[in-house]
Amino acid sequence: MSSRNQIRYFERKDLIGFALLAVLLMLVLPAFLDVFRLNLVGKYLTYAFVALGLVLCWGYGGILSLGQGVFFGLGGYCMAMFLKLESSDPESTAIQSTPGIPDFMDWNQLTELPWWWEPFYSLSFSLLAVILIPALFAFIISVAMFKRRVGGVYFAIITQAIAAILTILIIGQQGYTGGVNGITDLRTLKGWDIRSDEAKTILYFVCCVLLIGCLVLAQFIRRNKVGRILVAMREQEDRVRFSGYDVSNFKIFVFCLAAAISAIGGAMFTLQVGFMSPTFVGIVPSIEMVIFCAVGGRLSLLGAVYGTLLVNYAKTSFSETFPELWLFAMGALFIGVVLAFPNGLAGLFQRYIEPYMPAWYWGKSKQPDPSPPPEPKTPPAETDGPPEIQESNAPTVAKTKKETETETLKGGQYVPAD
Amino acid sequence: MSLRTEFVLAVEGLTVSFDGFKAVNGLSFYVDEGEIRVIIGPNGAGKTTVLDLICGRTQATGGSIKFRGKELTRMKEHAIVHAGVGRKFQNPSIYEDLTVFENLELSFPRGHSVFGALAFKRDAEVIAEVESIAETIFLTDDLDKSAGLLSHGQKQWLEIGMLLIQKPDLLMLDEPVAGMSVAERKKTAELLRRITEGRSVIVIEHDMQFVEDIADRVTVMHQGKMLSEGSMERVKNDPKVVEVYLGH
Repeated sequence: MSSRNQIRYFERKDLIGFALLAVLLMLVLPAFLDVFRLNLVGKYLTYAFVALGLVLCWGYGGILSLGQGVFFGLGGYCMAMFLKLESSDPESTAIQSTPGIPDFMDWNQLTELPWWWEPFYSLSFSLLAVILIPALFAFIISVAMFKRRVGGVYFAIITQAIAAILTILIIGQQGYTGGVNGITDLRTLKGWDIRSDEAKTILYFVCCVLLIGCLVLAQFIRRNKVGRILVAMREQEDRVRFSGYDVSNFKIFVFCLAAAISAIGGAMFTLQVGFMSPTFVGIVPSIEMVIFCAVGGRLSLLGAVYGTLLVNYAKTSFSETFPELWLFAMGALFIGVVLAFPNGLAGLFQRYIEPYMPAWYWGKSKQPDPSPPPEPKTPPAETDGPPEIQESNAPTVAKTKKETETETLKGGQYVPAD
Repeated sequence: MSLRTEFVLAVEGLTVSFDGFKAVNGLSFYVDEGEIRVIIGPNGAGKTTVLDLICGRTQATGGSIKFRGKELTRMKEHAIVHAGVGRKFQNPSIYEDLTVFENLELSFPRGHSVFGALAFKRDAEVIAEVESIAETIFLTDDLDKSAGLLSHGQKQWLEIGMLLIQKPDLLMLDEPVAGMSVAERKKTAELLRRITEGRSVIVIEHDMQFVEDIADRVTVMHQGKMLSEGSMERVKNDPKVVEVYLGH
């Protein structure tokens, strides 16, 4: 009779999943990782925003976008423009031929700030722009596509083309965008040094809180009627249309929502890493984000976060040893996941672990007592297979795994693949 | 002209051409209030295309479709639905990943816009309506079941239920008993008779026994044109119809 009650946004098992993730991100990891690695995890988490957006857009709505890097990048650039202007005050840029404008503009013979940079002096405008500009851009793309009933593979290819175009545009307009180097040398946020260890720790927590906020929002959408319409649309678009819905509006909505969530991730990336560049806009990062989502399970909100963390962890350790092989490994991982477990880690969890969960997990008794079910534990490895099995026992064991990571991650320098 | 407005549906000179091939060619027919109209005809006669044209899935090349005086040929699909036209597809089109309850709930005519859907509440009215429809379509015990687990016949009923909950004035059913067992056919005929009270229905069907059971009037189509029209008795004895359709 459960379905006949009022819609429940959080069932017991969802609450447990969310709580475990929050504990892992906000208590366990900060307790065991030093600032450098915590910052690294924080950077991974910014990709989780994108993966989360893809769960809604691709997993639920069936709209595969291979250009989510565009929105991640736009969000990041909006933030970077504000920070850059703040660090380009006339005193610290006194040696430039035009003091008071960003250094890259000066190098490119610009003598005054372009008009569209002006509003980014305001922090409130910039924060709004972080969400609104990518959402507006997504709106334009999706109205143009979905009102004309462009979908499926065609839509995926077009988003990919847009990612390529935007990259070329950013690189080509060096004087306005910082070109291929991006916007670098970001120092302070309203006078607060974002490069200090303390700031990095605080930003990590801000990132976690925002991510969990987005997860809660996504959970709301998923359980809402909109979530069910998305699933229905994915399966029988015509039936939804002939039940009186304007299908394109729902597609536009979910695509813009995914874009806005990705953009928040981009802004947090800029804040935590201290720069933004076109390497995060293009095709390769966009596809990587789809892989994070697929590995985590494209129907699972929490899976997106674990998938992102796991793939990035593997990437960091693997690309250190075999940098040139990483992209192949990534491709193999994607194909492997799609072939062997189309629902990713979350699918494995639901299939092999959940049935053995005790009654409290399903919301029948009151006492949550997180004891992980027996599961073969494999050491953190760089291969495609084992991490899945390991991650599939989800939050509880992931904790112990992250603890062991402290050792293996030493010197794990992230190299952007592109 | 006053006569014309009494029709629920007036199709006049309807033509659609796909790259020169006229799938429907100058078709005219009128459906009365409360009438059950069955369209029959050999494969490729354009029957399904006629339904596609009425519900807006295909754009007409020429002619007009008036539903209660409203011209449908220029309207969007969802607007046609809101005007009161419901369509059941030939293959059961249901949402297999959702439960039977959720399938019916999504068709409940409220919260059709994005923000309407965000604010949608599963209140007592929705629950009562879904339960009453479920009873009509023999699925009361399966409400919490995933729709993918239903039998073929049950899926057909579910889709009919999804239409009923929309409360359309004109119901269009494309081969509602295809692939059903004899027992299911019987039950479906009974179901249709019950649900057609107070609304007009257009049915496409090949099963002649079934057609005879339910039809008020029959339209026979052949190569995109109307071949014959009238009561089942009249159509059955029309030599042209016997030649192209009933003869074999």
